[in-house]
Amino acid sequence: MESTELLRFTTAGSVDDGKSTLIGRLLYDSKSIFQDQFADIERISARRGEEEVNLALLTDGLRAEREQGITIDVAYRYFSTPKRKFIIADTPGHIQYTRNMVTGASTANVALMLIDARNGVVEQTRRHAIIASLLQIPHVVVCVNKMDLVDYKEEVFNDIHEQFEAFAAKLDIKDFHFIPISALRGDNVVTRSERMSWYEGPTLMYYLENVHIASDHNFIDCRFPVQHVIRPYNDDFHDYRGYAGRISGGVFKVGDEVMVLPSGFTSKIAKIDSFDGEMEEAFPPMSATILLEDDIDVSRGDMIVRVSNSPDVTQDLDVMLCWFDNTKPLQPRGKYIIRHTTQEARCIVKEVKYKLDINSLHRELEDKTLEMNDMGRVVLRTTKPLFTDPYRQNRITGSIILVDEGTNNTVAAGMII
Amino acid sequence: MNYHINHLRELESESIFIMREVVSQFQNPVLMFSGGKDSILMTYLAVKAFYPAKVPFPLLHVDTGHNFPETLKFRDDLVEKYGLRLIVGSVQDAIDKGLVTEEKGFNASRNSLQTYTLLDELEKGKFDAALGGGRRDEEKARAKERFFSHRDEFGQWDPKNQRPELWNLFNGRKLMGEHFRVFPISNWTELDVWQYLAEEEVPLPNLYFAHQREVFERDGVLLADCEYIQKRPEEQVFEEMVRCRTIGDMTCTGVWRSNAATVEDIIAEIATTRLTERGGRADDKRSETAMEDRKKQGYF
Repeated sequence: MESTELLRFTTAGSVDDGKSTLIGRLLYDSKSIFQDQFADIERISARRGEEEVNLALLTDGLRAEREQGITIDVAYRYFSTPKRKFIIADTPGHIQYTRNMVTGASTANVALMLIDARNGVVEQTRRHAIIASLLQIPHVVVCVNKMDLVDYKEEVFNDIHEQFEAFAAKLDIKDFHFIPISALRGDNVVTRSERMSWYEGPTLMYYLENVHIASDHNFIDCRFPVQHVIRPYNDDFHDYRGYAGRISGGVFKVGDEVMVLPSGFTSKIAKIDSFDGEMEEAFPPMSATILLEDDIDVSRGDMIVRVSNSPDVTQDLDVMLCWFDNTKPLQPRGKYIIRHTTQEARCIVKEVKYKLDINSLHRELEDKTLEMNDMGRVVLRTTKPLFTDPYRQNRITGSIILVDEGTNNTVAAGMII
Repeated sequence: MNYHINHLRELESESIFIMREVVSQFQNPVLMFSGGKDSILMTYLAVKAFYPAKVPFPLLHVDTGHNFPETLKFRDDLVEKYGLRLIVGSVQDAIDKGLVTEEKGFNASRNSLQTYTLLDELEKGKFDAALGGGRRDEEKARAKERFFSHRDEFGQWDPKNQRPELWNLFNGRKLMGEHFRVFPISNWTELDVWQYLAEEEVPLPNLYFAHQREVFERDGVLLADCEYIQKRPEEQVFEEMVRCRTIGDMTCTGVWRSNAATVEDIIAEIATTRLTERGGRADDKRSETAMEDRKKQGYF
């Protein structure tokens, strides 16, 4: 079997910038659309009186969306080429859907941003870029779309490129790429455009198939949050005590000296086990079962780390929070349930330092109320120590969610500073 | 050194993570078993997730009474092989007790009646999480489904009120009487499932491979001839080399003309095929939002 990598990307954009058409185009040109799906949207397009088959219909699923003609939630799409399998988290771009953009961005390797060539960098573009930066999406590809409507002019593309660069200099994005496209006509999406011979870079598909994502995980700082303890209680595996979980960082090897948090006990890795046999090493994003040489007390929520490289063990968290709840704003001094890796604790909001204007990065110090879709810098105090890394170093051990104790809803997501 | 796992290993790892999370966050989970390849995959992943311990939750099969006999035999063998616990909910029982009314006519199917038995069994077993083999690529209403899908006390799905899921953090907290549907293989496509089953050499029911069968054609779909479907006078039965792409109840599972005799043949067939696997499901054809409507009522 050939080895195919998995790449997750997020797209954010408004109804008008051609995002759905672009996704439809990627699916269509990579032959990921089936006849019956195509017949389906052909029939619906005709019934609505549209002249051409509306590829955008492929991506809006729910009835409410069809009626309103907008995408209101994160929808996941799949396609693959011989080189890679792709998961698209397709999110709406309006300001009221910031929470969806944050959700889609949380697991993405690549953010795909669309700019309408006629309009250039607009508020929404800035917002997407800021979210991509805050959520530390490793790669950003900016597609300047609708090039057909500006006569495929190089100057237009270059202007937008410059505008974007100027603004993005303030952001924390590691890797940028710009591509001029027309999603409607297929220019530079999957096939090279003959109408933009001045552009010498890759097509969008070539970019997605080749962008280097192997280093997107942290392979340096060993972090293993214990998820579940496996105890078979049968004769064949009498004293078996396996710590099951998903590697969140670093490379664990048999024989490594490790420390268990919060107890601080040390031991060695005796075995890394799986249904398919023992392994010599395990790294992200593998699920594995680790057995230690010594019989020490380890349970869910504990973390196995290297002796010489430990995360912060802390009850005080400084986080950039995105508020999700539409029923009430973040309560100053409010108490919430906090989830971090496999830990759950309670926390209290100690301080709201500022609200962040996600269109300008301006820090609002007067009105610090966080309502749905607002972001802000918040200090939390937890009832027990969590084992954290800054989000910039590790997206898994650096992220939290808050849960309302009354409704059990997930009301916020946070990145540890 | 390049630390890298391929997409099937990454999907496997994600699904195993979800299953372990379910066992940690819920008291009484259950795995919904339909007999199809997705639920076979789920069972196999569950075995892997808890190895060398036994799978810590039972399988629940809602039997419409109209199953392919091959499905039931395969199910029982699987349960035996891995030492699993099996619960069977019977739609026939619900009909006999007058709790649900059977559809009449040519397109009669017990598919929608499953919902009643399913919810009834979940309630009887006090299950707080039902693991399902739904995939987001299957149908448009499923593209927005969460891994942890919250259901109210009536088992209903509210597409507007689903919890955001970020990173590796899943929120399974709930009020009394509420439960969750959990979909560990959300991110797998049909092709991923087949590639994985091939790579792992997982045994599958013979129905998935090409075989001779008595069939008839209705609305462009081939259906297996059986006593449970009332044929129209003009519907002629003929023999054909076919296979199932999905396995459900006999009344609504279309069969396909195919010569694919091995998993590799099937992968080659899917890679070139131009119809989605649910294209053969009569139950999805009822309206543009058929799946969404059934989901809201508590069907998967």
